[in-house]
Amino acid sequence: MPNLIEVENLTKTYADTTAVDHISFNIPTGIVFGLLGPNGAGKTTTVEMLEGIKKPDTGSILYKGKALGKKFRREAGIMFQHTTLQDYITVREALQLFANLYPTQANIEQLIDDCALSEFLDQNTHKLSGGQLQRVLLAIALVNDPEIVFLDEPTTGLDPQARRNFWNLVERIKAKGKTVVLTTHYMDEAKVLCDHLLFMDHGKIIAQGSPTELLANQFSDVIIQIPLADLQLEQLPESFEAQVHDEYVEIKTASVNQALEELMQQDIDLQQMNIRSHNLDDLFLELTGHELRS
Amino acid sequence: MFKHFLAVLNARNKEFTRDRSSLAWNILFPFLLVVGLSLAFSNDKRDRFKIGVYPAEHQQQAEFLELDYMRYLEIDDLEDATIKVSKHQLDMLLDLTANNYYVNDSAPNGYMLEQILVNSPGLNLSKQQVSGEDVRYVDWALPGILGMNLMFSCLFGVGYVIVRYRKNGVLKRLKATPLSAFSFLSAQVASRLLLSMSVTMIIYIGTKIFLNTTMNGSYALLLLVFVLGALSLISLSLLMSTRTSSEELAGGLLNLMVWPMMVLSGVWFSLEGAHPMLQKLSLIFPLTHVTTAARAIMIDSAGFIQILPNLLVLAVSTLVLLALAAFFFKWE
Repeated sequence: MPNLIEVENLTKTYADTTAVDHISFNIPTGIVFGLLGPNGAGKTTTVEMLEGIKKPDTGSILYKGKALGKKFRREAGIMFQHTTLQDYITVREALQLFANLYPTQANIEQLIDDCALSEFLDQNTHKLSGGQLQRVLLAIALVNDPEIVFLDEPTTGLDPQARRNFWNLVERIKAKGKTVVLTTHYMDEAKVLCDHLLFMDHGKIIAQGSPTELLANQFSDVIIQIPLADLQLEQLPESFEAQVHDEYVEIKTASVNQALEELMQQDIDLQQMNIRSHNLDDLFLELTGHELRS
Repeated sequence: MFKHFLAVLNARNKEFTRDRSSLAWNILFPFLLVVGLSLAFSNDKRDRFKIGVYPAEHQQQAEFLELDYMRYLEIDDLEDATIKVSKHQLDMLLDLTANNYYVNDSAPNGYMLEQILVNSPGLNLSKQQVSGEDVRYVDWALPGILGMNLMFSCLFGVGYVIVRYRKNGVLKRLKATPLSAFSFLSAQVASRLLLSMSVTMIIYIGTKIFLNTTMNGSYALLLLVFVLGALSLISLSLLMSTRTSSEELAGGLLNLMVWPMMVLSGVWFSLEGAHPMLQKLSLIFPLTHVTTAARAIMIDSAGFIQILPNLLVLAVSTLVLLALAAFFFKWE
């Protein structure tokens, strides 16, 4: 798959802080590319440089093999994390305003259907709910029928149902062959939507690959969870790698059968036991040593 | 590019006209101010006697030239001062070179001063009769109030809005499109020019209908003054808004511009007789030139040549301020 974006040796410094520190990566055409990291990791600065909003101190960003320029601005759709629209214009007028700024326009009626805007199409933008505004901002990001769409924490603050609906929209964008660059704090979102993940911390890339690859490379064991009420900690064999939480104990093991056998030998009640694979939250903890923070 | 300009212009116009409370305030406030002034000063008469003395530099000594509670104005242009006597803007004019004094017989203050003058020793002047109708205070103040409203509309309606756009991310969003800074800024200028001219016309027509205000000059020339004045004030506002994203700072900067203009641009009272430094300082404000030129047209039926210096100052300041604003403008 050809690369739509190629990033080489990108650096950005603010005063004494190096927000982005000599990073290089590529974004292939037609995938959903997830950029993950805690606050201060440098992901927002990276995305804003990719969007052409901020200029890098050093390094290069190529779009279709050329430096970011007018062509990129015409073919990119951007949904910022914190942005509003002009007051006192309706949703339809906002769509039309932004459509008029581009030489190529998506089918507005189709966009209204895709983003489910018809119910509040004639409402002023400053009277929309959080979920409605996010859908409008997504529609505006798509109004020029872009080749690449940037979504910066698009579901922050949305309720679970609104988040699910938003995921469906992103899936539909992807199905049309568009490239999506997504930053998010939600690991379940990254797992569901992203084909490729790039983890950042302290301005550097700490891991990248598909979610499956990353998990397989990082973990070879599974986790057994047992409620604390069902055992005495002294009952656990000393060879177990156990971690005690508020209400349960987690045991990491490469062999579930053997671990279960040993637990049964200790006469531990396994009725409420849960066995799970490692997820992206575990991966993040493993890579950075700290929780994802919003 | 023109398509971009029209798209942003259209959006901004809708934003302004649909904000009903703000729109109503923009029209009602100045209108109520004019009505209030016309009631408060219906019997007018500022509380001082104003005597023009020509020439400005003279050696004449007389009791009449040193009375208390008089304001003596140094006159350079005898003809201009005579017109002011005819319009009751000067109560008496003394021409010490020709030994004449000018009074308007229909002016009570002029009559009072004449009684004092003829009974004062040291001056032997001949009477020159001047006739003409009094200029009501509301007629005198209207050009300044229209200019003041223009100032508020242009300064707060452009600069403050751009700062708000920058703060809430609208500018950032627009930056990510092919829209150029030039198209964006020119749309803001055009929108505010269009709207402020419309509001000024509505206020003017309202005062004309309800208060029968004076208009002795050319409407086209008056429109030219207000258009150039609006452009100059909008450019000043744009320059203020080029970098900051703090509405508090923007408010402070705008007030820093507004209040000196309110006091020193001749909106409420004439600066004749004020300290020469203050008079010179007032010339740096666009509102001074708007007020002076509009008043000259509306009251003194001044023509293009007479107000040309004011027009030139407004045009040049527009160009300079716009160039600086374009140079310093940042989307973020």
